[in-house]
Amino acid sequence: MSFVPGQPMCVVAQQIEIKKLRQGDHLILGFSIGGGIDQDPGQNPFSEDKTDKGIYVTRITPGGPAEAANLMMGDKILQVNGWDMTMVPHDKARKRLTNKKEDVVRLLVTRKTLEEAVKHSMGYPNQCH
Amino acid sequence: MDTESTYSGYSYYSGRSRGSHRHGERSRDRHKVRSKDSRSEKSVTINTPPAEPLLGDSVVRGEQVQDDNWGETTTAITGTSEHSLSQEDIVRITKDLEDSVGLDCRRYFTLTLAVILGLLVFLTPIAFLVLPHLLWPEKLQSCGTACEGLFISVAFKLLILLLAVWALFFRPPRAGLPRVFLFRALLAVLVLLFVVSYWLFYGVRILDSQDDNYQGIVQYAVSLVDALLFIHYLAIVLLELRQLQPCFSLCVTRSTDGETKHYNLGQLSIQRAALAIIEHYYCDFPVHNPALLSASKSRAAKHLAGLKVYNVDGEFPAAPAEGPGNNAAAGLAHSQSRAMIAAAARRRDSSHNELYYEEAEHERRVRKRKARLVVAVEEAFTHIKRMQEEEQKKAPSDVMDPREAAQAIFPSMARALQKYLRTTKQQHCHSMESIQQHLAFCITNNMTPKAFLESYLNPGPTLQYSRDHWLARQWTLISEAAVTSSLKDGTIFLLKCVDFSLVVTCKKIPYIQMSEEYIDPKSHKFVLRLQSETSV
Repeated sequence: MSFVPGQPMCVVAQQIEIKKLRQGDHLILGFSIGGGIDQDPGQNPFSEDKTDKGIYVTRITPGGPAEAANLMMGDKILQVNGWDMTMVPHDKARKRLTNKKEDVVRLLVTRKTLEEAVKHSMGYPNQCH
Repeated sequence: MDTESTYSGYSYYSGRSRGSHRHGERSRDRHKVRSKDSRSEKSVTINTPPAEPLLGDSVVRGEQVQDDNWGETTTAITGTSEHSLSQEDIVRITKDLEDSVGLDCRRYFTLTLAVILGLLVFLTPIAFLVLPHLLWPEKLQSCGTACEGLFISVAFKLLILLLAVWALFFRPPRAGLPRVFLFRALLAVLVLLFVVSYWLFYGVRILDSQDDNYQGIVQYAVSLVDALLFIHYLAIVLLELRQLQPCFSLCVTRSTDGETKHYNLGQLSIQRAALAIIEHYYCDFPVHNPALLSASKSRAAKHLAGLKVYNVDGEFPAAPAEGPGNNAAAGLAHSQSRAMIAAAARRRDSSHNELYYEEAEHERRVRKRKARLVVAVEEAFTHIKRMQEEEQKKAPSDVMDPREAAQAIFPSMARALQKYLRTTKQQHCHSMESIQQHLAFCITNNMTPKAFLESYLNPGPTLQYSRDHWLARQWTLISEAAVTSSLKDGTIFLLKCVDFSLVVTCKKIPYIQMSEEYIDPKSHKFVLRLQSETSV
């Protein structure tokens, strides 16, 4: 998942739809995010490339809507409802996810295992060893 | 075998000192092999008169004599007589006599040469000035004011030269070096040539032609004195200043126990570097204690005694016709040593186990005795109190001076101290007399018990101990390169003394290339690096 800022990147992505849960006054999604262009990318434990300033999922609340939707810890969020998440400040990312007017968020996420799965499935018929 | 050689050094000194009952102890040492497990044997110590150093080598060597009756008045009759000298002693004494005579001759010879040269140098300008007046006084022009002014300058410059030469050259010699001090010899030759050439010029151009321009002659003399002062400046630079800046780092290791120190020296010849190292040795290295090496020697002996190799095959099969003897013997020795090494590697010996437990036990014993010693000394020190001035007038009876006070409290700590010194194998470094002197010294200077014990708990540098025992009269410099050549990177030389040798290796301090980098003080700026986690 290495990338050059400003250049198009090619990744295997998955669409995840999460319905927000109403808890009292708040709508929660059940996960935590880390990262952003104003943050220190070197401290991100989930990124492969330590200069990657994208938004990552750092924690999933057990039993929450995110877990039900198969969001995993370490996923990199590429888009939220069509808004780009690869070059945003941390607070902007939070705001896009916690918009009170939206009940549902459609995330485009990517993770390492997706790419491996695709490679494996694609390479399987051609494998001779 | 090395116990023998170390021994003769001590026996030499004992031959010099009065009363040599240590010969009795020496005979005991010769029977050391027989009485190896005499740890529990109680043997009687010999009475030591107070001024006698207690050189108990044999006691230290193998048997752990447990008798701590220090002040007891018992004498033992031994095999050898008191004043016997071994053959080694005689050889050593004659050799030292010869050496001392040789060295003195050389020293006096150089001293007389130096004095003659000095006199020549000082009297030359005066001779230049006086000779015209003596030889052709009527032809001589009278000396005007400028000329007389030059007299003053000659006088003062000669005085300064005299003081400078005295300061630089006439100092008590620190040591006798094996070869001539190259720079001094060169300087002496230079001065001699210089003065001779001036005399030649003077003789030919002034004496022969009987020059009447006295002012010119005086100026000639002044130029000589100036040039001599410049030669003296050259001498300072060559002899003193050149070696001040450190250029080499020398690593000095003592061969017997591996004690290592590093020193930085400038550009010196090998013999001068060796002299500097020996002076540092006396000040820095902890004193050489042969008693501490006995344990490793006994282990080494045990390793050697483990295996014997027998040659089962009769002839060596592949010996060539031309040189059968050498090749066979060499091959045989080779195979024997290889067999021994292989067998030693395979043998499952537990000597490391023994060493570990022995060291742990020794450590424990030392600490226990140290604790007892500290308590005994502290208690002893509480028995005496310093009297104030007023009290001194009031109670004149039973007042003691420091020496008597030391003698009064010494017996209560003597036993604990003796035991501690025996355990740490230091008892031959300190005699009873020296301990009492040290105690009196500590009492006089209001030192605490801990300060008194410091010199017994930690072995100090060699200079701290009494002169007779530890200052070797002669060091031998062993070097592959010529000793007057200067130090180079990788120079190795040895300084051999009677008991041990110092191995010195030399490394050059590298050439340093330094560049500069300018940092604008306003360029120090910082940002916060965060990684926050928000739950959504």
